[in-house]
Amino acid sequence: MAWFKKEKTPIVSVEQKHVKTEGLWTKCASCKQIIWKKDLAANLNVCPKCNFHFKVGARERLEMLFDEGAYFELDADFASNDPLHFSDTKSYRARLKEAQKATGLKDAIITGDGKLGGRPTLIQAMEYRFIGGSMGAVVGEKICRAIELCIVRRSPLIIVSVSGGARMMEGAISLMQLAKISAGLGRLDDAKVPFISVLTDPTTGGVTASFAMLGDVNIAEPGALIGFAGPRVIEQTIRQKLPAGFQRSEFLLDHGMLDAIVHRKELRPFLIQSLNFMQAA
Amino acid sequence: MADPKDIYEQRESVEDLERQLTEIKKLSPGDESEREIALLQARIDRVKREVYSKLTPWQKVQLARHPKRPYTLDYIQDIFTDFIELHGDRRFADDHAVVCGMANFHGQPVMVLGQQKGRDTKQKIFRNFGQPKPEGYRKALRVMKIAEKFGRPIFCFVDVQGAYPGIDAEERGQAEAIAHNLREMSRLRVPIVVTITGEGGSGGALAIAVGDVVNMLEYSVYSVISPEGCASIMWRDAAHAETAASALRLTADDLKELGLIDTIIPEPEGGAHNNPKQMSESLDKQLQKDLEMLKRVPVDQLTDRRYEKFRRMGQFFEDASAHSAQSS
Ligand SMILES: [Zn+2]
Repeated sequence: MAWFKKEKTPIVSVEQKHVKTEGLWTKCASCKQIIWKKDLAANLNVCPKCNFHFKVGARERLEMLFDEGAYFELDADFASNDPLHFSDTKSYRARLKEAQKATGLKDAIITGDGKLGGRPTLIQAMEYRFIGGSMGAVVGEKICRAIELCIVRRSPLIIVSVSGGARMMEGAISLMQLAKISAGLGRLDDAKVPFISVLTDPTTGGVTASFAMLGDVNIAEPGALIGFAGPRVIEQTIRQKLPAGFQRSEFLLDHGMLDAIVHRKELRPFLIQSLNFMQAA
Repeated sequence: MADPKDIYEQRESVEDLERQLTEIKKLSPGDESEREIALLQARIDRVKREVYSKLTPWQKVQLARHPKRPYTLDYIQDIFTDFIELHGDRRFADDHAVVCGMANFHGQPVMVLGQQKGRDTKQKIFRNFGQPKPEGYRKALRVMKIAEKFGRPIFCFVDVQGAYPGIDAEERGQAEAIAHNLREMSRLRVPIVVTITGEGGSGGALAIAVGDVVNMLEYSVYSVISPEGCASIMWRDAAHAETAASALRLTADDLKELGLIDTIIPEPEGGAHNNPKQMSESLDKQLQKDLEMLKRVPVDQLTDRRYEKFRRMGQFFEDASAHSAQSS
């Protein structure tokens, strides 16, 4: 059957081709234009043609925000021990392993300790590729530890959210993280230490219904999906199509739920200026 | 796939057996019938035990949602006196899915509140099936702040399928309303006693459940998502709800074992709806005990204690750096 000798075909050729085309170009999900990945990266992963904000990984996000992109990671190795022994079509343990392998992270948030505009600041960034950025006990614990450290140091906390909400595979434990983190933020508030929440696409469910909406200032990137119930669930419940732009950043701004929509390029200066207002240098 | 009706059918069979027993007892006495009576009685006891003490999580979900289950206003009427309902969130509307008010609890002024479901179709619509919109959570917090101002304890009764998935609830910021409640409840300077009476449905439940003590009725459930919701996401099929109910670990026993609640309040045989008065009496006793205990805690310690209580929840992780290779 063979038209050519198999051994002459380089084994990696197909994969390499794939990587080459996929690697150099990407198609903008909004304006459908083909963009050079290099251009996209140089533009903070924002489409140079239509300003569509592509998702950003947690590490990339911290590098984008901290002075010189430099930070120490705290609590890097906290990993879930699957308290419910949860299994659906796949076991939670297998899902965790896959996500850890794909992202190089142990769970869906990383804590960076560094400087922002010269000011010691903790920034936490969520990772959507880790089980949809879902929040379980590890995310809850890492945020609470960050809050407690910020209270002791009197240094600001910034959390960049991207999450589908509480992590189902940890059941009621993940639900209680909402209360645990919110209680911590109550203490941070009592201590008058700044907390800024940055919501990015998408931020829904228990993350929106806890820390993401509790910033002294809540800001979002343009066009981000933000809400409690997901649009599909709402559509199924009310059996009608949702209005255009529903639950997008602009919609939330209009309804008084956000302080501002901030373009990714403006994010760092916005945060620095806000912190300058909240705290003496 | 077990039908939700199973539990009621099993109870039917208990009633059948009991009817048979009465029939046999009516017959003339004799060794034969006495042995039969003893056998039948043993079988009835066994079936009852099987039905009510070995309920599956899914069967407990059915009991928690039983249409005759006592609701918040039933408990308020049974346990409290001089209830005066307080309405409205002072922002937008009065949410009928949440009832709040001042009341008297064994001689002390207290604030009571909870979600309220409806019994008939008209009431169900009036109460929005017990699903609050943002104004419901905001009303609840408003009255809790009144309680705090005047140093009165708060009793919360939780029975909600989940937050309301609707356009209006999103427009008015239900996520913000829930988040705000969670933060503020955690630092209210009065005792808060929470009881999950039926369905503890995700954020809609937690929004009034950050208490010093959290109780669950024996057949109530408390979960991050409904079994149907979980099934349709994880199995892409809501028909797997029964499996999801087990996987989610949402029963009172599960929550207790995971260290997320304090006390399980036993229900009358067959569930609270089988003997609402008895249910109210047991609940009343537990609430008195909880309040007596909390009244002895100085206010400053109270909020620290509440913070620590939630802070401890979910110590279910390992520090992988201790025993695995660095990945990068
Ligand atoms: Zn574009």
